[in-house]
Amino acid sequence: MNPFSSGTRLRDMIRAIRACKTAAEERAVVRKECASIRASISENDQDYMHRNLAKLMFIHMLGYPTHFGQMECLKLIASPGFPEKRIGYLGLMLLLDERQEVLMLVTNSIKQDLNHTNQYIVGLALCALGNICSAEMARDLAPEVERLLQFRDPNIRKKAALCTIRIIKKVPHLAENFINTAAALLKEKHHGVLITGAQLCTDMCKVSTEAHEHFRKKCLDGVVKLLRDLANSPYAPEYDISGITDPLLHIRLLRLLHVLGHGDADASDSMNDVLAQVATKTETNKNAGNAILYECVSTIMNIEDNGGLRVLAVNILGRFLSSRDNNIRYVALNMLMKAISLDSQAVQRHRATILECVKDTDASIRKRALELVYLLVNESNAKPLTKELVDYLEVSDPEFKGDLTAKICLIVEKFSPEKLWYIDQMVKVLSEAGNYVKDEVWHALIVVITNAPNLHGYTVRALYKAVQKSNEQETLVRVTVWCIGEYGEMLVGNAGMLDVEDPITVTEAEAVDLVETAIKRHSSDLTTQAMCLIALLKLSSRYPSCAKRINDIVLHQKGSLVLELQQRAIEFNSIIEKHGKIRSALVERMPVLDEATYSGRRAGSVPAVVSTSLGTQPKMSNGVAKPTSAPLVDLLDLGSDDVQAPSSSGGDFLNDLLGVDLSPASPVSGTNNQAPKNGTDALLDLLSIGAPTAQSSSSMLDMLSSEQDNKRSEGLLDNFASLSTSSAVSSSSMMDLLDGFGTSSSVPVAETGGPSYPSVVAFESSLLKVTFNFSKESGNPQTTIIEAQFVNKSPDIYSNFIFQAAVPKFLQLHLEPASGNTLPASGNGSITQKLKVSNSQHGKKSLVMRVRINYKANGEDVLEDGQISNFPHGL
Amino acid sequence: MIRGVIIINDQGKPRLIKFYEFQPPDKQQELVRSIYRVLCSRAENVSNFVKADSLFGPDVRLVYKTFATLYFVFIFDKSENELAMIDLMQVFVETLNKCFREVCELDIVFNFYKVHMILDEIILGGQVLETSSEEVANAVDAISRLEKNANSMIPSIPGWQR
Repeated sequence: MNPFSSGTRLRDMIRAIRACKTAAEERAVVRKECASIRASISENDQDYMHRNLAKLMFIHMLGYPTHFGQMECLKLIASPGFPEKRIGYLGLMLLLDERQEVLMLVTNSIKQDLNHTNQYIVGLALCALGNICSAEMARDLAPEVERLLQFRDPNIRKKAALCTIRIIKKVPHLAENFINTAAALLKEKHHGVLITGAQLCTDMCKVSTEAHEHFRKKCLDGVVKLLRDLANSPYAPEYDISGITDPLLHIRLLRLLHVLGHGDADASDSMNDVLAQVATKTETNKNAGNAILYECVSTIMNIEDNGGLRVLAVNILGRFLSSRDNNIRYVALNMLMKAISLDSQAVQRHRATILECVKDTDASIRKRALELVYLLVNESNAKPLTKELVDYLEVSDPEFKGDLTAKICLIVEKFSPEKLWYIDQMVKVLSEAGNYVKDEVWHALIVVITNAPNLHGYTVRALYKAVQKSNEQETLVRVTVWCIGEYGEMLVGNAGMLDVEDPITVTEAEAVDLVETAIKRHSSDLTTQAMCLIALLKLSSRYPSCAKRINDIVLHQKGSLVLELQQRAIEFNSIIEKHGKIRSALVERMPVLDEATYSGRRAGSVPAVVSTSLGTQPKMSNGVAKPTSAPLVDLLDLGSDDVQAPSSSGGDFLNDLLGVDLSPASPVSGTNNQAPKNGTDALLDLLSIGAPTAQSSSSMLDMLSSEQDNKRSEGLLDNFASLSTSSAVSSSSMMDLLDGFGTSSSVPVAETGGPSYPSVVAFESSLLKVTFNFSKESGNPQTTIIEAQFVNKSPDIYSNFIFQAAVPKFLQLHLEPASGNTLPASGNGSITQKLKVSNSQHGKKSLVMRVRINYKANGEDVLEDGQISNFPHGL
Repeated sequence: MIRGVIIINDQGKPRLIKFYEFQPPDKQQELVRSIYRVLCSRAENVSNFVKADSLFGPDVRLVYKTFATLYFVFIFDKSENELAMIDLMQVFVETLNKCFREVCELDIVFNFYKVHMILDEIILGGQVLETSSEEVANAVDAISRLEKNANSMIPSIPGWQR
């Protein structure tokens, strides 16, 4: 006999494993046990088989591999004894799975056991089948299970019912075979059979419309009566769960009614009475009673409309919300979330209770309640609800503030009746939980503020007051600093006082104090510091008396470790000290960004929005220069922002700002073939204008530099925009230019995908004419594709026609095969050939090329050569 | 449908793992570990329901209850009534109490196969089979008797009786 197998009993093994102090010890014990079990298996030691399998199940639970015991399960199932079979089936359920081929082997054993005379063995087989049945097994064993649904012992019938659920889930079309036997289960008295029978019918309705129809016609009344009897039945101790008779059966029957009533008004009608009865009579002081009520509410919500019942159901949920049991509040909130789409009026009545749940001690309930409150908000109740939420923000847990803040901001943005209220609420939120406010929220706030000119003074004062109270909220500080920068004079001057406002006295020095504190605070991040710096620049003009002090603060940032801040500090310092003339114009208020545009962009989540809407930031040019395949409209939008602000101080300033010297730009008339200057090229690069043609952008920029009149250039841009969007042409004087452009390219600008170039006659002699057509590969400005066209001017046919070309080193040339080598006489046809030229000095040097052409005319070899230097610029 | 029943002790050791949908062994251990992590970080005085979407897919929740040193966990999807799951757990625990006379963790450790037997009389294939702990206890008794009688016929296996 195997020396190991006589060893440990199951109990000893468990004890040994439990005694292990470390995972390594445990592994060692398990390894030893597994070795002995393997040895026992290989010796085919039948006596200890089922003990070994029991050990393996324990080992399996601990997470060790036990696959080697799988075949033993089958052997045990096939053995005649009950204990062996029982442990074998248990092993089958725990160690195997339906995907393994081993299952094929077990089907026959199960079939035999399903027909066994011992009902407990039948029960074991049914249990295993219900847990692991595969599609093949379902097909093979369905007849046995169907027969067992009518077995004399109810314990077998209930197991067979659940087994059937597994079978029809695996093979739905088998459901039709079970309709009558399943319906018969609903006429039983045994509670277990009724529970499983109702569940089976419910699941059959899901997979088979035939079954659904049948049950609706034949069983509905029976189920209704069953539920009524159950609800009226005297207390039955054997099915009691904490004092309620058989709540699970209630629930199963209600669930079946739910399925039968859904989408059928008549069926729904016939169950109204019993639902009302259950809803009103069930005791609510026990969990089991509430479980029934909850299911009843769910059924009422899902069957066809009966207004009265729905109100009753929502009221039950409302009552749940005031329950002391967290679980009940939790499920009630879940259900109310569904109910709101059915009857929001009924839910609205419980608003106050729901609002209380936002303040619950249980985080998961708070979160759900908050979701629900958000769904409940409408125009009429936004104000009081927001007030409640904002008030709660003060006392809520820090970990809940993020969620709460996000929701309040959503509500405020969506439902704000007027801007004053919006700004008030946002100031409150920023003061309480500014650190939880997302970037886009405070960006949106700034856009709203700029769009409310009558509230500028009020807002900047309100923010100033708020920061005095809570200067730890980063976003509050940012918005305040931005507003002080823009509307600083309104802060000290009490300009634009509203009736509701208390006047405050703020001196210029105090306002600067605030910004100085913010920039020097250690916790301020880079964005805040940058915003402070810009605000200071702006204040240097708004508060002339503080200019010296502001300059000192700005100078202090020269020592900043952040390159960006350092650089801006130096630049701003120079603006304050040396450019007093332009300073006031330079730091004018930001142009108003259209709210609709902003929200549209936000929806499209274009990150560049930030830098344009806060265009005072030094990063503006970066924002504009964002590499873009941007639609033309966007581009023009940015352009108009750029132009408006600085243009009042003149075109020179624009040049300075953009860092490009445009002064030699000729005051061109906008002829189409006018070659763009290098300077504008650089500007184009800077702005990354890729989409429009070279002509259009050069002419636009020419206009910018030559037209000092702000309005006219704006007009041009407008026209340009309208041209690009609708090609509507106005009669403005500038439009000649754009007209010409429109016709020359004859394709809408946005669709060309790149600039186009005029064709040139590259070479012409008395015998031959060569024309070059140019095109660019999109996304590769360096490479030009040239299509050469050769035309014979003489009366003779040319044969053996060969075209050769050479280029300097900064170019790369690739010749593709010509369309032919015979050129018909007198221009009666042509040869074309493609050339690809890459210009490594693109933008600096133009193309040049030497060509040589060989052909035979009248039997004589002819050679022509020449240099081509009349390529268009910009290739 | 009930997706699984798990008993874990307060150290995170699994005491019973039963899934009604196939889960590979590694995955089972991983799920047990994640569930344990969730449960021990739960505050007191909160609801017994935990959303388990991330572990089991959409709309799957678990309900747990602590009994002495053990967490009892039922995993179920939206076709089950949450509150009824609490009741069902109550039935399970009551039955354990009946079968073991004041059940404790050690009973479950050393008799895990019997716990499986009890559970199989309450839940079959993820569906509720029986809610009367009386009936369950009777069925379990009958099976145990049958086993004893069978064992007395084959006396060569020591230590198998409870």
